[in-house]
Amino acid sequence: MKPFAYVRATSLQEAAAAYASHPGSRYIGGGTNLVDLMKHDVETPDTLIDLTRLPLHDIRELPTGGLRVEAGVSNTDLAVHPLVRTRYPALSQALLAGASGQLRNVATTGGNLLQRTRCPYFQDVSKPCNKREPGTGCAARDGVHRDHAVLGHSEHCIATHPSDMAVALAALDAEIELYDGEHGTRRVAAAGFHRLPGEHPERDTVLRPGEIVTAVLLPPPAPGAVSLYRKARDRASYAFALASVAAVLALHDGRVRHVALAFGGLAHRPWRATTAEERLTGAVPTDEAVREAVDAELAAARPLPDNAFKVALARNLARDAVATLVRSAPGAPPARPQP
Amino acid sequence: MAARERNPLRQQQAAPPSAPGPVHSRVALRVNGRSHVLDLDNRVTLLDALRERLDLTGSKKGCDHGQCGACTVLVDGRRANSCLLLAVTLDDSEIVTVEGLAAPDGALSPLQQAFLDHDAFQCGYCTPGQLCSAVGVLREAAAGHPSHVTGADAPADTARPVVLSAEEIAERLSGNLCRCGAYNGIAEAVAACAAAGTPDRTPPPTPDVIA
Repeated sequence: MKPFAYVRATSLQEAAAAYASHPGSRYIGGGTNLVDLMKHDVETPDTLIDLTRLPLHDIRELPTGGLRVEAGVSNTDLAVHPLVRTRYPALSQALLAGASGQLRNVATTGGNLLQRTRCPYFQDVSKPCNKREPGTGCAARDGVHRDHAVLGHSEHCIATHPSDMAVALAALDAEIELYDGEHGTRRVAAAGFHRLPGEHPERDTVLRPGEIVTAVLLPPPAPGAVSLYRKARDRASYAFALASVAAVLALHDGRVRHVALAFGGLAHRPWRATTAEERLTGAVPTDEAVREAVDAELAAARPLPDNAFKVALARNLARDAVATLVRSAPGAPPARPQP
Repeated sequence: MAARERNPLRQQQAAPPSAPGPVHSRVALRVNGRSHVLDLDNRVTLLDALRERLDLTGSKKGCDHGQCGACTVLVDGRRANSCLLLAVTLDDSEIVTVEGLAAPDGALSPLQQAFLDHDAFQCGYCTPGQLCSAVGVLREAAAGHPSHVTGADAPADTARPVVLSAEEIAERLSGNLCRCGAYNGIAEAVAACAAAGTPDRTPPPTPDVIA
């Protein structure tokens, strides 16, 4: 690991000022991914700016009925919060489906959003990687890419974003609040926070240099909406998603009034399934209608030689997720009597 | 840079937050009820500080990347991978390692005794991490924290303890690997303590200060 200086910030202004005077620095929250990448020499900051002592540890209900989750809230505290469990079950379930108990205790909300891909070539400095070192090529495309993207990838990068939480936030229409010393505060949609790789896979997000994630804002749940998170992985616990889906559904008179679907494990960012959502909105959510909508979404998939299984996996997860929500949503057609 | 390294504290105190800092820091850690002040390279992890500077070699370095859980300790009461924590970020934190679980007279904590009673280890390398992680599991369940396998219809009342079934224990301890495969005994030991509602560790000794 490269030697680095350490700055403990006590205010956002101080943190931003420290970054401005050290462009080679990195902010650190829980550090569960950053410290690991520093051990691998993938990250080589000359200064670490510690954000964990900033007063950003609250979860607050907003007058609108939404929730404001500050960036320093741990993944554990967010997952177990009563309002998150009752109003945004997809978010609680996504967090609990990720990492281990030890990691969730330390990892923060802001850091979860900013974690890097687990592509093994990105984490191995002896291999070419356009994300780590632009212009060097992609070792994954002709290498082991079973875990890699099937949607939205480019010739430069086929990595996936590893976060479960971010997938739930995309489906829940959350916003990310950002601060920078020069421009102050702005908000971006969670579904648009992460980027597709295009020609610049080194940029994971729309974050500007030095900008700090300060909070996640959850809108009030749509009336009557239910949500869940489903994840398929190689182990039953403590593994990244091969494919996952966050689903939100509200019905009215047996028809879909609101639906949001986001896939994880398939792309360089959480993949909001807008094609499927458009087809389902206003429709009676029969198995046939859901299958047709999900298939239309996944028609855009361009699987690599070793990961075509992900398309079928995602299709099955999404169909099962929506069918489960249809059964539990208020306003669902009456269930057939039990035999 | 060399001059800075020789006087890390003075440099750091004199420097405003935006100035280049030294690559060393003075860090105050409370470990198992005792205070320690250490001058550390900023790169030193909590695990290395415990093992190499404080001679607390119970916490083990398995993978050194947060994947195996052998380094698990309690930080401010919560289980964490000490290999992924930089000691410099933990100034004034309260750390408990496996050495802090037993009573000062050596009497084992109920969880340690249960590990013996239920044959919960073979080589023992993962055991300190399993024990500290299990302390966290018992506390989290007592506080009503759900897990991935807790039913979505469970009451979202954080004051209601979660019953630790075998499935719950396996899920909650998935961050601790055991290459000997002593999982059955580990799960039985944790289940026995959860059922008995016994305290997870003995209280820390009376504080004293070691500079």
